[in-house]
Amino acid sequence: MKYVDEYRNKEQVQSLVRAIRKIVTHPWHIMEICGGQTHSIARYRLEEMLPEKVKLLHGPGCPVCVTPIEIIDQALELAKRPDVILASFGDMMRVPGSREDLMQVKAHGADVRMMYSPLDAVELAGTEPDKEIVFFAIGFETTAPVHMMALKEAQRRGLTNFSLLTSLFTVPPAIEAILSDPECKVNGFLTAGHVCAVTGNKEYYRLAEKYKTPMVVTGFEPVDLLYGIYRCLLQLETGTYTVENTYKRAVPENGNPAARNLINEILEPCDQEWRGIGIIPNSGLQIRQTFDRYSSRTKFNFHPDKKDIVSECIAGKIMRGTKQTTDCPFFGTRCTPEHPFGAPMVSTEGVCAAYYKYR
Amino acid sequence: MITTNCPLPFNDTDCVLMAHGGGGRMTHKLISSIFYPAFRNPLLEQDHDGCVFPVETGRMAYSTDSFVVDPIFFPGGDIGDLAVNGTVNDLACCGAHPLYLTAGFILEEGLPLSDLTRIVQSMKKAADRAGVQIVAGDTKVVERGKCDKLFINTSGIGVVPKDIHIAPNRVKDNDVVICSGPIGVHGITILSARESLGFETNLKSDTISLNNMISGLLTNIEDVHVLRDPTRGGVSGTLNEIAQAAGMEIILDEASLPIPDAVRGASEILGLDPLYVANEGLVLVILPAAEAEKALTVMHRYPEGKDAVIIGRVSDTGNTIVKMKTIYGNYLIIDMLSGEQLPRIC
Repeated sequence: MKYVDEYRNKEQVQSLVRAIRKIVTHPWHIMEICGGQTHSIARYRLEEMLPEKVKLLHGPGCPVCVTPIEIIDQALELAKRPDVILASFGDMMRVPGSREDLMQVKAHGADVRMMYSPLDAVELAGTEPDKEIVFFAIGFETTAPVHMMALKEAQRRGLTNFSLLTSLFTVPPAIEAILSDPECKVNGFLTAGHVCAVTGNKEYYRLAEKYKTPMVVTGFEPVDLLYGIYRCLLQLETGTYTVENTYKRAVPENGNPAARNLINEILEPCDQEWRGIGIIPNSGLQIRQTFDRYSSRTKFNFHPDKKDIVSECIAGKIMRGTKQTTDCPFFGTRCTPEHPFGAPMVSTEGVCAAYYKYR
Repeated sequence: MITTNCPLPFNDTDCVLMAHGGGGRMTHKLISSIFYPAFRNPLLEQDHDGCVFPVETGRMAYSTDSFVVDPIFFPGGDIGDLAVNGTVNDLACCGAHPLYLTAGFILEEGLPLSDLTRIVQSMKKAADRAGVQIVAGDTKVVERGKCDKLFINTSGIGVVPKDIHIAPNRVKDNDVVICSGPIGVHGITILSARESLGFETNLKSDTISLNNMISGLLTNIEDVHVLRDPTRGGVSGTLNEIAQAAGMEIILDEASLPIPDAVRGASEILGLDPLYVANEGLVLVILPAAEAEKALTVMHRYPEGKDAVIIGRVSDTGNTIVKMKTIYGNYLIIDMLSGEQLPRIC
């Protein structure tokens, strides 16, 4: 399969592993940001190919995992309204809210549809004019432009029954939050290639400089990941810290200005809560007032039935790199994909689910 | 001239009406115009509450399966041949020669009769290919919205030849696992047809009856231990069930898995793992390594087994798991799926 097999090539993987072994002299902690990268690392068992001294930490780049429980409860509340069809990406379906998940409310009669694209929800809004179509718009800078494209399409068609329940995050503030944590163990970052494909690399130069930490723009296949790790280690071993793009086939230095313009036109930065981590200043994106007729939060009055949430999940610490999955006493025992304590055990992008599946 | 203004009921209709399930003339007409002409055979035409037939001495296999696939028509087949092949294959995987099937139909009011006719015709065709007869049936009609177009249940019986013993507890250390053809084709075909994903594959469902090939295999190979068709739950789900029932470890070899590029590509895009995707014309055969080459030669003679390959082996390690040796030489646990496969967002 072209564009995939060459980046999973056995000889290339082996030669990168040899190159890594050759240069490592010190213990290092490298964090990959994106859940897609975490999934690949677990699926191809890349960690066990690395020298003992190199430890990978798994960052908070799974939007399913970091969406706060309050927003999931809002989605559940909307889904239960008889006038609403709630559309969502597949892996949001089983993420627990404070009392239930979307699959459960669907079984009790809510109209919940699993979709691959928010544009399908716009189509649905056209064919179901008597229903309010809410798309559960979660994601990072990668997915945000697609949601905004859907919003624009709804606007172009004059649809008034389409809105987005957003849960949108941006990566650089999260990296900054991790790096400024006094307990931070991370020596170098593999930044999420697909996020950089939209944002470009500019913001990461400031972070690399300020925190004297290498930032390597990295892809998702085994060869991409090992090459990213190799370049990151090379910087660490030589005491340099800068931004390096090892995923040039997808990431132009300046990213995707058209996608960025779309984000900037409709969305504005906001303080955002990350599930398990807490509020990170300016790390979210919310719909600007001029477009608020497409915001489910403006359109509907929520009656949040707030429960005290007692969570034994240590996902936040894992995603900040201060704890590992194996430090969790419930991992694989009381917390499993059938009975998840937290979102990272649900989505296959989630670190716990990836470790559980490929343990 | 005498005329009548009395309104007469419509008898001619192009879709299923509630009256078709009422047990009266409409029901009779539906059966006599659609089901009987297709399935006609002396056992069915006993016109009884059930079907009476002679039995041989020995052992019989009996299986049932229900079919609710959406869409009902898809590239490579439809719910009709799927329903026949599914039960035929379940019987064949018990080591049986399938003989008779029953078919129960739950029809949604409004289903076009032309669709029903097409489905019944393809059941007939599948039954003929497999050499089985549909000897009893039932039809119910439910109101619009109470089912999705139509659901079909088939059950079937077959005769198990004297010396055939197929069971997971017969799996032995060092047995090999043969897969009869490409993995994941049916599931990805259905998904592409169902989700209107806007991309086209050249995939066609692999639904086909496997009893002829299995019969050829059992005639030529003395010591087949397990036969299983990896439908729901995919190759991974089925092998996990076997590993647990047999108390053995099964080790797959990633490099030898016959996963077509179209399945791999679609799975990459959809965020799915082909090992968990359903198949409908595939059988996993577990037998002693010494018999493997001969078994492959036999399977390769049949169109449904022409791509058969060895995909793994059995090891008595005390673990009851499925592992996969990756292309890099390390090992992954291939677990059973916890629920349904949920597509990944990124």
